[in-house]
Amino acid sequence: MAIVFQKPKALTDDIFHYCPGCTHGIIHRLVAEVIDELDIEGSTVGVAPVGCAVLAYNYFACDMVEAAHGRAPAVATGLKRAKPENIVFAYQGDGDLAAIGMAETIHAATRGENITVIFVNNAIYGMTGGQMAPTSLPGQITQTTPYGRDVAYSGNPIRVMELISQLDGVALAQRVSVDSVKNVRAAKKAIKRAFENQVKGKGYSIIEVLSACPTNWGLEPNEALRWLRDNMMPYYPLGVYKDTYPEDSN
Amino acid sequence: MSNKVLMKGNEALAEAAILAGCRHFFGYPITPQTELAAYMAKKMPKIGGVYLQAESEVAAINMVLGASSAGVRVMTSSSSPGISLKSEGISYLIGSDLPALIINVQRGGPGLGGIQPGQADYYQATRGIGHGDARLLVFAPSTVQEMVDLVFKAFELGDKYRMPAMILADGMLGQMMEPVELPDAAAATSERKTWATDGHGGKRKKNITNSLYLDPYLLEKTIHERRLRYDELNAGYQMAEEFYTDDADIIVTAYGASARVSRSAVVMAREIGIKAGLLRPISLWPFPASVIQRLSASAKVFLTVEMSMGQMVDDVRLAVNGVKPVDFFGRTGGVIPTPAEILTAIKNLA
Ligand SMILES: Cc1ncc(C[n+]2csc(CCOP(=O)(O)OP(=O)(O)O)c2C)c(N)n1
Ligand code: SF4
Repeated sequence: MAIVFQKPKALTDDIFHYCPGCTHGIIHRLVAEVIDELDIEGSTVGVAPVGCAVLAYNYFACDMVEAAHGRAPAVATGLKRAKPENIVFAYQGDGDLAAIGMAETIHAATRGENITVIFVNNAIYGMTGGQMAPTSLPGQITQTTPYGRDVAYSGNPIRVMELISQLDGVALAQRVSVDSVKNVRAAKKAIKRAFENQVKGKGYSIIEVLSACPTNWGLEPNEALRWLRDNMMPYYPLGVYKDTYPEDSN
Repeated sequence: MSNKVLMKGNEALAEAAILAGCRHFFGYPITPQTELAAYMAKKMPKIGGVYLQAESEVAAINMVLGASSAGVRVMTSSSSPGISLKSEGISYLIGSDLPALIINVQRGGPGLGGIQPGQADYYQATRGIGHGDARLLVFAPSTVQEMVDLVFKAFELGDKYRMPAMILADGMLGQMMEPVELPDAAAATSERKTWATDGHGGKRKKNITNSLYLDPYLLEKTIHERRLRYDELNAGYQMAEEFYTDDADIIVTAYGASARVSRSAVVMAREIGIKAGLLRPISLWPFPASVIQRLSASAKVFLTVEMSMGQMVDDVRLAVNGVKPVDFFGRTGGVIPTPAEILTAIKNLA
């Protein structure tokens, strides 16, 4: 019997701990498929964040490092500078990347650090139980904005792609989503380019993936995907924000 | 082949690290360690090494963690306020069982404090370096030569026991020029670290660098395993220098810069017939408690001298354990005590 579908080799047999309907799992799979397709597992080192993906070090089959909250880009920098021949990626949530780790993010980007960053934006702090994230939307109800995010009081959400695309060191900054089959395919293509850029030594690539957190949004998985489309996508439009080497895309 | 040169403390620390095989330095500018980073910035690109100026001490120490995890000898240097920022990363280094060299060229504190030499980070280095059940190897040189020797020691023990090590220097030692004998470059430190996250290459099981243990029993077990290494260090690596302690009634205990001044005061005391001696801890963790215990049998009184309000004196008291009185003299805020001041403190006990 022909095998038509199987788990990527770059994922271990560990059972994901993610909630039903959480799209972290899809994103893990896409990263793993790309690692398989580029045949780079043996030279790849991943950096896991503090957030719901904290246990990602168990899920990817390559060498893994667990970083402190927000410090993944600095840890990735150290790994890459020590062994430039290795492929280094950081996998981070929005609180990790855009709040506590914003300085590390911006500076790794502006240095053009030759790493790949997978940025999972679910507009909430998932792991700690649904507090306001730097990307929570205006009016969004969270545990710490129980009356809705009042931007005059709590500040505005950060659009990371729009911000980071201004920096000279960035090779690729692209926002994708995993809410539909079509978008999952496009997300995989973007993630693949972000790794290929590193293989070719082109510098910092970051892919922002809009992701659902049904648990802390208080929605059924299907409704969560709809909420993502209806509320996140207008505020965080999908697209390529910076592409220094467009000739490489096809 | 010996190689005798005149060097500034900060530069000697840098050169020693290079000779010890360190090719990766991550830091953030701060006085009074400036010459160390400048030396690295000049030298590293010429020898195929990495000098990278990070955006903060927080970033620098996490870059150190990444490089250490990749299996290379790596270091950072800073001064007091910067070490506070590094303490997060140091805790993660300890929790992940990773070696690294951290240099603290201390200045006065708290807060921004000042930029003159201080010794007020003793508690931080030996007690509060990061959250959790954590220990850090801490060495306190008092000459430029010793700075060189202790850099080698710190890398050696750090690698052996898989833990970070700190050289606790101060602004006075950092700026001081003295002749030093530079050792030969360490035999290639390319010994592969089997635990390194440097790519499994399909040849071994994957490696994970991690400090997270959600199961408290597993975390306790991990800490206990680390504790065994700490016990071994405590039993085998307490380092101290004794000066005129054999027949001393008054034993001055001091480390680093204040030990240099105390040594002069002890000589002056001997000249006027006071039987004083100096016990100079070289390793601050593990603290040389056993030497102090031995001396507390023969000495009449201890006098701890520090450039702080009194921090190491706690460890001296713990070691003396009430057997003999322990007095304290200190100047702080960047003020260096004079030999005459220390002599007065000695005379008051004679
Ligand atoms: C220094 C520090 N501060 C706070 C925390 C607690 N904490 C753990 S995860 C997290 C938020 C993670 O949110 P995000 O990055 O958005 O990832 P998600 O869980 O949504 O995937 C926080 C604040 C921590 N572990 N360390
Ligand atoms: S809390 Fe949210 S982000 Fe975390 S696993 Fe559950 S659904 Fe996913």
